[in-house]
Amino acid sequence: MTTTMRTLVVLGAGTAGTMVVNKLRHRLPTSEWRIVVVDRDDVHDYQPGYLFLPFGLIEPEQVRRSRHGLITDGVELVLGDVDRVDPQGREVSLVDGRTLTYDELVVASGTSPRPDQTPGMLGAEWHRSVGEFYTYEGALSLRESLAAFSGGRLVVHVTEMPIKCPVAPLEFAFLADDFLRRRGLRDHSEIVYVTPLDGAFTKPVASRELGHLLTDKGITLEADFMVEHVDQERRVLVSYDEREIAYDQLVTVPVNMGADFVARSGLGDELNYVPVDRHTMRSTAHPEIWVLGDASTIPTSKAGSVAHFSVEVFVDNFVEHARGQAMTHSFDGHANCFVESGGGKAMLLDFNYDTEPLTGTFPLPLLGPMTLLKQSRANHLGKLAFRHLYWNLLLPGRPLGLPAQMSMAGKVPAA
Amino acid sequence: MPTTTIAGHAVEVNDEGFLTRPDQWSDDLGTELARLIGIELTADHWKLVHFLRDDFAHQGETATLRRVSTQTGTPIKSLFDLFPGKPAKKMAYVAGLPKPKGCV
Repeated sequence: MTTTMRTLVVLGAGTAGTMVVNKLRHRLPTSEWRIVVVDRDDVHDYQPGYLFLPFGLIEPEQVRRSRHGLITDGVELVLGDVDRVDPQGREVSLVDGRTLTYDELVVASGTSPRPDQTPGMLGAEWHRSVGEFYTYEGALSLRESLAAFSGGRLVVHVTEMPIKCPVAPLEFAFLADDFLRRRGLRDHSEIVYVTPLDGAFTKPVASRELGHLLTDKGITLEADFMVEHVDQERRVLVSYDEREIAYDQLVTVPVNMGADFVARSGLGDELNYVPVDRHTMRSTAHPEIWVLGDASTIPTSKAGSVAHFSVEVFVDNFVEHARGQAMTHSFDGHANCFVESGGGKAMLLDFNYDTEPLTGTFPLPLLGPMTLLKQSRANHLGKLAFRHLYWNLLLPGRPLGLPAQMSMAGKVPAA
Repeated sequence: MPTTTIAGHAVEVNDEGFLTRPDQWSDDLGTELARLIGIELTADHWKLVHFLRDDFAHQGETATLRRVSTQTGTPIKSLFDLFPGKPAKKMAYVAGLPKPKGCV
């Protein structure tokens, strides 16, 4: 019997892309499958660490590694910018003129902050009084801005949903409260949380359990605020309905968008996300294209845990698909997030497409049972410990012992 | 979920008054829901409401303001004129769809 060699090309070597190639390399015979992964640079950041950088709670070298060292032998890492995908010709063109042909393609190019999409956001004060922590450079600049902050109005702002790690801005506000207290600045500082949604918590159980947190910490809420432009001169955010919010230090989360090559290839929606089947992550337009991590339209959080759980389901399915068998696994939208609440405590959220975050306990292997939707010291330590699991177990594709499917064990159902 | 009667139809609503079953919606109901929040629906409003209904039927999710704006060619500023203050929430309410929400 002769077998023809097939090629799997993965665009993006972030959390999802790295896990996919490492897991599949161990599951697909090297005599049958060539695996190529493309990224623009050789830098892999532990993105959850960005939240802690501005407060000096983590050091820059702890969030950064070389992509090469994280990718298993037998996978080719190609460094270059993707120009476009030609789904008909099954070919990826790179900006430098190289081309890669594929039999199957995984788009794992994530989502990125796009300050250019909001008038006035970029400008002389960008990464100064207009700060952000969704990039390595931004988080480091914000560390300097916060170190120099002598009190005043700190505004934490979400431009538009969806954003990756959707609770990170709230966590930032909680940590900022701590930070300003420690430095004796809290009494002459104001913290304002600005969101385009109708509240900081929009789901019933979370809102009931956590709604008091903002009041407890003296954080002011400005809801239903859709920013139209930033006026750097006057230091105000201006909304479409002409409300203004003044700041001394702004910490904004810009509009998040999928990669530009997705748009150039005609694969994306209005935010460059690729429409997929929510249970298999397979493109609805092109059956040989799959989309993992933040790059797709699946209606759950853009978060590392979702990338992790959906990759596990995808890998099992893809191995069946590669053998010409029917795919038997289905992703339920499972997400699992530690949420820093300040004061050395954190909360744990666990939810999926159909079930909102609930209270109760979560049986986390290695770290022990965690309380859900309530603040605890153990959850905070769990969040800190996760960095080690990420580099040493998750990315190499070793089992973490967390089920990809959400379980109701230990949870208190919503009333 | 509590049941209430709007424009002569028995419908299920949540505690914010949003319809919980999009299939219970009708144009009649849309007119009445709009009236309840002080909006008289014009042709411009209906174009948006019907877009939201169709899009929800295909996507299974309420369209974001950006999506409504790009897909219908309506500037965001105009969405604020038509549904003052909270266009995303008000459009969803009138169209009988879930309001836009975050993860918590």
